[in-house]
Amino acid sequence: MSQSPSPPSLFSSREPVFPRRVSGKFRNLKWGIMAVTLGIYYLMPWLRWDRGLNLPDQAVLVDLANRRFYFLWIEIWPHEFYFVAGLLIMAGLGLFLFTSALGRVWCGYACPQTVWTDLFILVERWIEGDRNARLKLHRQSTMDLRKARLRVTKWVVWLLIGLATGGAWVFYFADAPTLLTNLISGTAHPVAYTTMAILTLTTFFFGGFAREQICIYACPWPRIQAAMMDEDTLTVGYRHWRGEPRGKHRKVETETPKGDCIDCMACVNVCPMGIDIRDGQQMECITCALCIDACDDVMDKIGKPRGLIDYMALSDETREQAGDAPRSVWKHVFRPRTLFYSVLWAGVGLAMVYALFIRPEVDLTVAPVRNPTFVVLSDGSIRNTYDVRLRNKHGEAREFALSLTGVDGLLIELESQDDATVMVPADAAKLQRVYIVAPKGQAAAVADSTDIRIWVEDLISGERANKRTNFNGKGQ
Amino acid sequence: MSQNKPDTSKDVPTTGHVWDGIEEYDNPMPRWWLYCFYLCIIWAFVYAIFYPAWPLVSSATAGLTGWSSRMDVAADIAAVDEANGPINARLEAADLGAIAADPDLGPYAVSAGAAVFKTFCAQCHGSGAAGAKGYPNLLDDDWLWGGSVEDIHATVSYGIRNEDNDDARFSSMPAFGRDELLDKTQIDAVANYVMSLSGTPTNAEVVGEGAVVYTENCASCHGDDGAGDVSLGAPNLADAIWLYGGDYPTLVHTITNARYGVMPAWSDRLSEAEIRAVTAYVHQLGGGE
Repeated sequence: MSQSPSPPSLFSSREPVFPRRVSGKFRNLKWGIMAVTLGIYYLMPWLRWDRGLNLPDQAVLVDLANRRFYFLWIEIWPHEFYFVAGLLIMAGLGLFLFTSALGRVWCGYACPQTVWTDLFILVERWIEGDRNARLKLHRQSTMDLRKARLRVTKWVVWLLIGLATGGAWVFYFADAPTLLTNLISGTAHPVAYTTMAILTLTTFFFGGFAREQICIYACPWPRIQAAMMDEDTLTVGYRHWRGEPRGKHRKVETETPKGDCIDCMACVNVCPMGIDIRDGQQMECITCALCIDACDDVMDKIGKPRGLIDYMALSDETREQAGDAPRSVWKHVFRPRTLFYSVLWAGVGLAMVYALFIRPEVDLTVAPVRNPTFVVLSDGSIRNTYDVRLRNKHGEAREFALSLTGVDGLLIELESQDDATVMVPADAAKLQRVYIVAPKGQAAAVADSTDIRIWVEDLISGERANKRTNFNGKGQ
Repeated sequence: MSQNKPDTSKDVPTTGHVWDGIEEYDNPMPRWWLYCFYLCIIWAFVYAIFYPAWPLVSSATAGLTGWSSRMDVAADIAAVDEANGPINARLEAADLGAIAADPDLGPYAVSAGAAVFKTFCAQCHGSGAAGAKGYPNLLDDDWLWGGSVEDIHATVSYGIRNEDNDDARFSSMPAFGRDELLDKTQIDAVANYVMSLSGTPTNAEVVGEGAVVYTENCASCHGDDGAGDVSLGAPNLADAIWLYGGDYPTLVHTITNARYGVMPAWSDRLSEAEIRAVTAYVHQLGGGE
């Protein structure tokens, strides 16, 4: 064996990326978005919300054990999962809208991978220094005490951030203060510890080491988003007709005219993806706009106008090369396509809000028993049986009254209940077998099938809900 | 990025196949793959020694561990039985009439009874308990031998007309026609009379004659008004429910040849807890008294 030639490698080894510190308006925007998104993520489980006696008082809680989802004043039961489906549709339409208008703005500013990597790079810079110091440390082949100390410090801080990330996650699924006490005292459920361990390690690995490789190799969004962009979509671009030919900046103009690009590599050095934006649009670019900040800074210093690297659309390139003025950002954003997406998005949102407000606090589902479809009683009357599931969303037990409309003369009886009322426990569903009897010879008793409507009324609030079903007669 | 070119320095033979100019190197199997293959072969021998493996005529070799999937199932069943042990003991000790109202026992008995019913009772009484011709509907309000919890419990435990159990309740209708106790005109008359009790006779002229026959031959069990007798299992002839059918030919057949429906006793096949569970289940189906 082993005379076989080494086959061509299908993988390229990673080029380490050491983004340099940069300041500017997009960097500030990114700091702001990081503060808001991380703030929401870490602090949301600690927000309290008083819901009364029997219900949890955590503002955002996914109560898997009891199959409830609480979001501020909204409580979602499993059968109302269409609200989640609606949110997913809105997220999809929102993706269409933002991508067609602003390109990969999600990737550049809001994606957790970007936000946490940004935070990890910040930690890295605080501990190991800026780009040049980190490069030097990276190239230092011997592991001396200083390098070991810096590496260990960095990893410990990363792990702590990861631990906080996994820790915040589990708080969304249980009462946060109780769970924190349990976590510290070692009495929390093993699932909580396992989840935290997994999320700690994935955060540590994804934010500390995988970084841009997740975007380039693992994430499907760059591919999907490319399909949603058009020539008016804003992306980060390089005005090569202004910048080229690039060359070192000189106070006195030499005989060959140079472009505005002085080839200072600032845009490359700040790039968290390790690419050169001057090569044109690339799949790796997450449009974080840090190269814009870096280049604007340089242009200010050499006294050239800003915007050599800028947010612009594909159509701007041909227009500007032809000598026209750049089109304003708003003209790119407000287009029939984006307006159409906005209307669709808002439509779904309004429909969901409407559905949320007309949602009753009492509800029922009716499952007619079809085995058998009807029973003949000794006096010749016909009885149908229904499995009625009554839902009480109130924080206390409520008495519900059942009645029916559609045909006069039908009697309603409840299994194990003295009359047509039944007590439903707080925040729960109760399965109640309901009998409906048509006296002998009554129209519904001799018809094949009759439409009826079963009503439930909350005797305290007077709220009503109903479901249509049918009554099967003997068919004679 | 490092782009490795194919290493053409060493001469590797090709398989000799050419597809559109594309050839295939005849490289040996990867070592790791071969080792995995050898490991699998070794594993197969180890497995065959310790676990059931070689099929024989009526069974298979047992293997040194003696493991079998049936034993796993038996262990699972034993675990469930053990887990249900305390509540089954409570069910057996409870007062029959108090089971339904008990917040623990009631729901447990109904769901456990539903499982028992689907396994042992559904063959005759139907999966929905609606019965069939000759097999009583358990959903309605008509009971041959009583619909109280105690009556249902006795019926399930000992059976009906069951010769294997001394506690089973017995009754027998004479075969009036076959044994020549009544002649054909009398049977025709009494069939018409019985039909008149709950509906319309086919021949109203003979109803009066049938009433006389009924009083002399049938009323002792089925009652003067035809309301039947639960203690004898004599069906109510005046209601809308017929076990075998209430039409003229069926009635004539019933009177001529009689009926003799048998239900087996379950006390020797089911535990007392299971019998009580299925009793609770049947009682709450809608007809329980």
